[in-house]
Amino acid sequence: MALDEAVAVTGATEIDAVVIGAGPVGLFAVFELGLVDIKTLVIDILDRPGGQCAELYPEKPIYDIPALPTVTGQELTDRLLEQIKPFGAQFVFGERVDELQRGEDGRFHLKTDAGREIVAKVVVIAAGGGSFTPKRPPLEGIEAYEGKSVHYAVRRMEDFRGKDVLIVGGGDSALDWTLNLAPLAKSLTLMHRRDEFRGAPHSVEQMRALVAEGKVSLVIGQVTKLHGETGNLEAVTAKTSDGAEQRLAVNAILPFFGLTMKLGPVAHWGLNLNENLVLVDTEKFETSEKGIFAVGDINWYPGKLKLILSGFHEVALMAQQAHKYVHPEKKLMFQYTTSSSSLQKKLGVK
Amino acid sequence: MVKLTFVQPDGASRTVDAEPGVTVMEAAKLNDIPGIEAECGGACACATCHVYVDPEWVDKTGKPEAIEEDMLDFAFDVRKESRLSCQIKVTPDLDGLTVRVPAKQF
Ligand SMILES: Cc1cc2nc3c(=O)[nH]c(=O)nc-3n(C[C@H](O)[C@H](O)[C@H](O)COP(=O)(O)OP(=O)(O)OC[C@H]3O[C@@H](n4cnc5c(N)ncnc54)[C@H](O)[C@@H]3O)c2cc1C
Ligand code: FES
Repeated sequence: MALDEAVAVTGATEIDAVVIGAGPVGLFAVFELGLVDIKTLVIDILDRPGGQCAELYPEKPIYDIPALPTVTGQELTDRLLEQIKPFGAQFVFGERVDELQRGEDGRFHLKTDAGREIVAKVVVIAAGGGSFTPKRPPLEGIEAYEGKSVHYAVRRMEDFRGKDVLIVGGGDSALDWTLNLAPLAKSLTLMHRRDEFRGAPHSVEQMRALVAEGKVSLVIGQVTKLHGETGNLEAVTAKTSDGAEQRLAVNAILPFFGLTMKLGPVAHWGLNLNENLVLVDTEKFETSEKGIFAVGDINWYPGKLKLILSGFHEVALMAQQAHKYVHPEKKLMFQYTTSSSSLQKKLGVK
Repeated sequence: MVKLTFVQPDGASRTVDAEPGVTVMEAAKLNDIPGIEAECGGACACATCHVYVDPEWVDKTGKPEAIEEDMLDFAFDVRKESRLSCQIKVTPDLDGLTVRVPAKQF
C-alpha cells in the first residue's frame, strides 16, 4: 500500500501505538505504555480479550504469576483489564491486522481484514502463537471448496437460503447455526461424532425438538470424503458410529472443530524471523524494523521462555524505547508507582 | 521403566522407555515421536496429542473422562479406541502398551 493511498482514505484512526493482540502480554503493554503517556489501540481477531488464557484455558489455574499463588486464565484476564482501565485504551475485536507498512511520514500504516485503517507512531506485536483460525478438517481436497461450499463462519445467513446445509460439530457454534439456519435452508443436517453435545443445554433441547419435528436431521458420525467439482460440493461420504458409510447430498458445509493458532499475516511484514518467531533484542524488544516491537509468545531471543511472566518484563522495557519515538522531546524519568504522584495521577489514585 | 510402543500410520514402530508418572504424550515428546504435536503442553486443551490405543489395551488405559471426551470432539477421525495421550498416565500396569498415531492431528 502506497502512502498517498493510505492518506487519501478518510477515517483512518490515528493513535500513538497499536498493540496487535489482546492476550495477557498485549494487555499489560497498555499499562506500561500508559505510564509513559502513550495512548494505545488494541486489536484482536478474537471477539474478546485474553488470548490463549481466555480462549484455551479460561477455567484452568495458573500457578506461576508472581504474587498470585493461583489464578485462572479468565481471572488473570479480568484483573489485567481492571488494572489497565485508567488508560482508556481503544479496543477493536473480531478483526485481524493484515497489513503493516511504514509510510513516508515515518509512521506505520495498518489495515485490518475488515478494511479498517490505522496510523500509528509505534507498533507492538503481541500476537502470541499467531492469530486464532478455525481448524480445517484434514479432508482430501478441502481447500478447493473453501469459500465456495465449505465455510468456517457464517458471514451472511442469506448465503445459505435454499441450500442443503451440513453442519459438523457438537459445541455452541454448531448448535446455534443449526437453530438459525434451519428455517432458511432447503435441508439441514447436523453431524456430530457422538450423541452428546457440549453446547448450552437449552440449545441442545431446541435442536432435539427440531429433529423430532423433522426439520433437522441428526447424523451421528464423521465426514470422510467430499464429492464435487470446481469447488461446488455435491455430496459427502460419512462414516456413522456403527462403521457404516452413508452418502449425503449437500452443497454447503460448516465445520466447527475449534480454533488453532497460525502465525498468519505477521510472517509477511518483512521482519526478521527465527522459525516463525519474530527476532528481537533483549534491551528494547524491538524487531529488525525500528519502531516495531514484538513481545510475549511471538518473539524470540536467546534464552526466551514462553511465559506470561517473561512477557510482562518485556513490555516494561519496550515502553522505555517506545517513549523515545512517541515523545522525542520529553525526557523520561525513572519513577515508582508507589511514590510518584504523577504516575498515581495517571492511574487515577485518589 | 515401562515400555511403550508408538506405531506410525505407515506401520513403522518405535518402542521407548517411560518413567511411571509421566503421561504417554510426555513420553512421546521426550523421545521425539513424530505425529504427536501436543500444542497445549498437556492441558487437555488442544486435541493434537490424539492416539488410537491398541484394542487389547483399552481396558487397561480406561475410558476418557468427560473433559477429554469434549476435547476429542476437536480431533479428526475419532474412533472407539481414541484417547488424548496427555490424559493417559504411565503406570507399571501399562508395560508393553501400544498406541497408534493418527495420519493427521488436524
Ligand atoms: C493450556 C495452556 C496452559 C498454559 N499455562 C501457563 C502457565 O501456567 N504459566 C505461564 O506463564 N504461561 C502458560 N501458558 C502460556 C501462556 O498462555 C502464554 O505465554 C501467553 O498467553 C502469551 O501471551 P501473549 O499475549 O504473548 O499471546 P496470546 O495469549 O497468544 O495472545 C495473542 C493474541 O493475538 C491475537 N493475534 C495474533 N495475530 C493477530 C493479528 N494479525 N491480528 C489480530 N490479532 C492477532 C490472537 O488472536 C491472540 O488473541 C499456557 C498456555 C496454554 C495453552
Ligand atoms: S496435549 Fe493438548 S490435549 Fe493433549
